[in-house]
Amino acid sequence: MSAGTSPEAAAPLDIWADVVGQEDAVAVLRHAVADPTAMTHAWLLTGPPGSGRSVAARAFAADLIASSTPRSDGEPTSGGELAVARAGAAERVLRGVHPDLHVVATDKTVITVAEVRDLVTLAQRSPAESGWRVIVVEDADRIVERSANALLKAIEEPPPRTVWVLCAPSEQDVITTVRSRCRHVTLRVPTAEAVAGLLVRRHGVDGGEALLAARAAQSHIGLATSLALRPEARARRARVLEIASRVRGVGDAILAAGELVEVATAQATASAAERDATERAALLRALGADGEATLPPTVRAQVRQLEEDQKRRAKRAVVDGLDRAMTDLLSFYRDVLVVQLGAEVSLVNEAQAADVRAVAASSTPEGTLARMDAIGVARTRLAGNVAPLLAVEAMTVALRPQGEGARR
Amino acid sequence: MTGVRGGGALRRGRLGTVPPARRSTRSTARPGLSWDVVEPAPVVLVRGTEGLLADRAMARLVGLARERATAESTTLEVTRLEASMYEQGRLAVLASPSLFAEPRYVEILGLESLNDACATDVTAYLADPAPDVVLVLRHAGGQKGKKLLEAIAATGAPEVACEPVPEREKAAFVQAEFARGRRRIAPAAVTALVDAVGSDLRELAAACSQLIEDTTGQVGQDDVDRYYGGRVEATGFKVADAAIAGDAGQALALARHAMASGTDPVPLVAAVALKLRTMAKVAASRGREQGNATAGLAPWQIDRARKELQGWTPEGLAAAVSAVAAADAEIKGEGRSPGYAIERALLRVAAARAGR
Repeated sequence: MSAGTSPEAAAPLDIWADVVGQEDAVAVLRHAVADPTAMTHAWLLTGPPGSGRSVAARAFAADLIASSTPRSDGEPTSGGELAVARAGAAERVLRGVHPDLHVVATDKTVITVAEVRDLVTLAQRSPAESGWRVIVVEDADRIVERSANALLKAIEEPPPRTVWVLCAPSEQDVITTVRSRCRHVTLRVPTAEAVAGLLVRRHGVDGGEALLAARAAQSHIGLATSLALRPEARARRARVLEIASRVRGVGDAILAAGELVEVATAQATASAAERDATERAALLRALGADGEATLPPTVRAQVRQLEEDQKRRAKRAVVDGLDRAMTDLLSFYRDVLVVQLGAEVSLVNEAQAADVRAVAASSTPEGTLARMDAIGVARTRLAGNVAPLLAVEAMTVALRPQGEGARR
Repeated sequence: MTGVRGGGALRRGRLGTVPPARRSTRSTARPGLSWDVVEPAPVVLVRGTEGLLADRAMARLVGLARERATAESTTLEVTRLEASMYEQGRLAVLASPSLFAEPRYVEILGLESLNDACATDVTAYLADPAPDVVLVLRHAGGQKGKKLLEAIAATGAPEVACEPVPEREKAAFVQAEFARGRRRIAPAAVTALVDAVGSDLRELAAACSQLIEDTTGQVGQDDVDRYYGGRVEATGFKVADAAIAGDAGQALALARHAMASGTDPVPLVAAVALKLRTMAKVAASRGREQGNATAGLAPWQIDRARKELQGWTPEGLAAAVSAVAAADAEIKGEGRSPGYAIERALLRVAAARAGR
């Protein structure tokens, strides 16, 4: 039922196989590849996190580049050779090593003007092997306004063989002047079944487990993959959801909050430690100070600057981790509310169904809504730089069974 | 060169009546001298972070040196240099014999930020100090200049230790100040004075000297109250203590005092939150096996939290935690007035104890 299972077995490589649950968007993009009159020079792909924006962008790029390989002005080739050449091109694009594809992604908070200016120059070059030069900007929402202004002209009138593909969570994340120069394609949240199908096909996960993971991740493809493949991610999520039924009193609430923050911190530090060390080593080498026992005074300022940046990044990682946990808890109470109201939709947390029913039986829908509000408030506070532990404590305190009585 | 002339009519008359207080906490091999017993020597090192004690030591040194010069019917030539702006050869110029064989007194200040020329010259001078010269070196703590300090220690030159006076010795410091002024002070007044202005030693010393100058007879608590009444060193924890004890009025007064004297509202809230957290953990450890809940807490924290928990209900704790979290959010931009946010949170915490 997903796009990948369409009867195209004859094709050597199904470029669009990994774009799951996006039939409408895929149809638009494929039509643009096939029909030159439907093609545009700039595209804006939007969709919620985890809906596969960058995957769709790459597939689009692969289809464009492959179907124009070799260039139309090249020598005529036989049908068989052409198919092989195109399959090879598509594969290289999907692997991200094709010379006509340029992908811009950042793990920093913004894409700077300097980076954007390089893109403008790049956009002027004609493609090397195929008919299209494709520039994919994965985090178009991170282009700040100043950088976007540098990009306007290049996006509005690129050379005839260049195409821009910008990806962003929503239209509003891209400034108006860029938005108005692009053709807009919306990706939707794929169904859990489609995501599960992808997990089964790509990673050979058991069907039932894949569906469980896809539901728990609420169709976020990256998260679903992590939940399906890594038992520790599943365990961590289960531990977070336990809070809902484990917290009985104020003491429990404070302890649970402490544990949440501790786990988030540990996770953030563990993932950052190696990277921090690499960055530090690279900086010291660049400054010509590697291998020295003590830091020379002249480079201390730079090293301190780097350490501060790393600390800021770690802090953000902690907050992100907590936010993740809170979203998981929200999904739990959403399920509780579903059961309490007798709504006929499937649960997000099928694995915790027993807990969901127990909590649903022992509380009221009003109480559930109040708890969801408390989680929402805590998320807002975290974003507002409130001490994470304090914000989470206030939240877990509001989740106690007694919290319901106190609120009314 | 700043040559200061004149007799030594400093406050020397007050010195020396009190046994030198405790100066042996430093980790270096030689315990330093107290500021009120140091005598001029060819090289004297004044070392430590407490500026008041160092100033007194140097004032005493220059005074004694002047006295000696007067006794020999000459005048003392006083020079003060900054170690960070030292020019090469300066020390040799100052210390070389003068035509009239005047005694000289040279202070090098800020040895903690000395330049290379200073380090070289002083090290060279240590090997062969000039007669008739008192060289006073001031090092205000820190790692820089450590080599030079070691070199000075190796020569056996006297060293004045000017370490910060710990909290528990501040009362003794006040007693010593009054004894030096040949005045008596009631123990209650000492406590009140330390509570009011004890955080800064200079301020404490100034308060002592004001009380000595402006009052007569034994200094009692009412004297201290007249001069320093209403002044309290309000820390976040004092505010938190008052709020958690249910004393809303005291908590508000302390909070306003703390904010008026420059404490940021954020640490105030953090202090209340920390106390509530400890109390909740200790409450959680009741009636279940000891261990996990109170891990990471010191025994005194647990005892204290147990005492503070009296009068609190779980619901009260919950309300207090929510109030504090809301206040933190308001201080950080959700509300318009941080001061109002903290005051309302304190009132709510105090009310939560009473069970509303």
